[in-house]
Amino acid sequence: MVRISRRTAIKSALFGGAVAVGATTASATESVEPPADARGLLYDATLCIGCKACVTACKDANGLPADTAGPHGLWDRPDDLNAKTKNIIKLYRSGDTTSFVKRQCMHCVDPACVGACMMGALKKREYGIVSWDGSKCVGCRYCQIACPYNIPKFEWEMAGFYNPKIVKCELCRHRLAEGRDPACTEVCPRHAVIYGTREELLKEAHRRIAANPTLYQPNVYGEHDGGGTQVLYLSHVPFDKLGLPALGGESAAATTRKVQGTIYKGFVAPVALYGVLATIISRNQRRAGEEGERS
Amino acid sequence: MSRSETLEPVGGPLWTRPMQVLTALFLAGIAVTLYRFVMGIGAIANLNDGYAWGAWKPISVIVFTSMASGGYATALLLYVFNRRKYAAVSRTAILTSALGYTTGVIVLGIDIGRPWNFWRIVNPGWWNFHSVLLEVAVCISTYIIFLWLEMAHPLLEGAGQSGQWSFRELARRLTPALDSAYPFIVAMAIVLPTMHQSSLGSLFLLAGVRVHPFWQTPLVPLLFLFSCYVMGYAFVVLTSLLSSLAWRRPLEMEALTSLSRVMSSIVAAFVLVRLGDLAWRGQLTRLSVDGWSLLFYAELLLLAVPAVLSFGLDRHASPQKLFLLAASTLLGGSLYRLDTSLVAFMPGAQWRYFPSVLEMLVTIGFAALAVMGYIAIVKRFPILPGVRHAGAHA
Repeated sequence: MVRISRRTAIKSALFGGAVAVGATTASATESVEPPADARGLLYDATLCIGCKACVTACKDANGLPADTAGPHGLWDRPDDLNAKTKNIIKLYRSGDTTSFVKRQCMHCVDPACVGACMMGALKKREYGIVSWDGSKCVGCRYCQIACPYNIPKFEWEMAGFYNPKIVKCELCRHRLAEGRDPACTEVCPRHAVIYGTREELLKEAHRRIAANPTLYQPNVYGEHDGGGTQVLYLSHVPFDKLGLPALGGESAAATTRKVQGTIYKGFVAPVALYGVLATIISRNQRRAGEEGERS
Repeated sequence: MSRSETLEPVGGPLWTRPMQVLTALFLAGIAVTLYRFVMGIGAIANLNDGYAWGAWKPISVIVFTSMASGGYATALLLYVFNRRKYAAVSRTAILTSALGYTTGVIVLGIDIGRPWNFWRIVNPGWWNFHSVLLEVAVCISTYIIFLWLEMAHPLLEGAGQSGQWSFRELARRLTPALDSAYPFIVAMAIVLPTMHQSSLGSLFLLAGVRVHPFWQTPLVPLLFLFSCYVMGYAFVVLTSLLSSLAWRRPLEMEALTSLSRVMSSIVAAFVLVRLGDLAWRGQLTRLSVDGWSLLFYAELLLLAVPAVLSFGLDRHASPQKLFLLAASTLLGGSLYRLDTSLVAFMPGAQWRYFPSVLEMLVTIGFAALAVMGYIAIVKRFPILPGVRHAGAHA
């Protein structure tokens, strides 16, 4: 009798968590709403002429060095986001169809990087901006593994005084604090990128689609994608052509919380497992000791 | 421990030819490490913003700590399921775990870019409780303490046999306290790896669509847990066989054969969950002959073939056979973990990664340190069965 109950206890403790993983659908929803003060950008690919004024303005506003890795080493010519470039304009071309696309941090509603970050160096702070606090970052680079948009960059090439940082767009929060708008929005000659509250921007985006439904893709990228973002996109070409991935409606952060939350709910399972194990092991040891004395 | 009287130090000189080779490898790893701390990670490694983890975390932590799960996996059989025959290999298992985890965490300390901030982990007030990596980091760090507490008994026993009075006195005073606490230490040394070995898999849930669907599944924590048992047992079998061969110890065939059979049952469970999961997520029909499918078949064959063969093992199985079965299983498990954490990770077509020689020297250097630690400790402390053991019990 005792033997059966012990085995049952072990099995349920060891594999209860595993069974629970399968039952994720039964757990409560883990979705996150945008913060009340959420601000962001609306980028309209149909308006952008690819002048890159925003790229230069971003470098100036954030004190970023020139990336002269391109031919001749003469010009600031980054070929993608990198540790010296928080904002970039790229071109999509297929036959006669072309589109520019501006890439920078999306300031997700439920960011994977924030879920990844061990001690809260990356966090949604004022206006829902995903910002980086170097005093809390250990440089594990889990944010880079987690981000579906490949945004956070790490200063790999840092010689001499070695203090590598995670580099990403922080929506010019230092400028916002002074009452100024993000630099990229201020210089755009076509207002292809505008700054505002997420609510206003969504409303404006839907107004533009409704006014010109034949031009635009029918949805606003970032309204729901990957749990939603605070940087929103309008485009005349499918969003995946612009490098914006199809993510579904649920953020990876929510999926992870569901799975881990089911296993660790209130930390009950590990504590119970410890109690059961300590009891069984003590008794087994005592018995082994008694047998050892008898023999 | 009831058999500890039959466990003996191997003895013999420490500074042998293999030790000299291992020391050279370790010193090379140290040299690269020093260079890395002066010039930055980019100066030695091919890590980039796409493959930000490269191979250090996947190999030195995700694969090596799984091989080093023998202590955990064997403790389950020995102390929880009360199968006393495994006492013969228990200390070998715990020692490989202690060394594998310790060196794995050292490599982690080299891998992180801002290690001077790591001390903050001591304050739970600063923890992000949703971070799977935080859970892994806290659990692994704590587990290392418990692994060396488990090792304290054989180490003190060895010290007690030494000539020096102070060591003998230390052993005499500490051993009783350690013995009475032992069940509580072992229980902790089971709970912690149950948590972090499964969570090492959960790490990749957050990467979402960036991990190929053959490997991205909500069941990844369960598959990682199974794979650490499988690899842990396989590694104990390999270590034990190689040690017996190297130092002419009696082969623990009874324990190792049973261990191989337990290993094959868990492989069977792993394969069933793996196939069931692919079927459930509609991925089974997407298997073809492309690279991803071939990787999957390779994992499956390396694991399933030895598992099927192990079911037929009897008492007369040859050590060579056990060795081949365990080696194949270890490769299969390692491949599964490496695929999930590195090969099936798809940051985008513009990113390429293959580890640099210097990068691998760090991994190899600290693996060499673990092997050196193993050789030195089994030569001076009672870890392996004594030469008269087999005869005494016959």
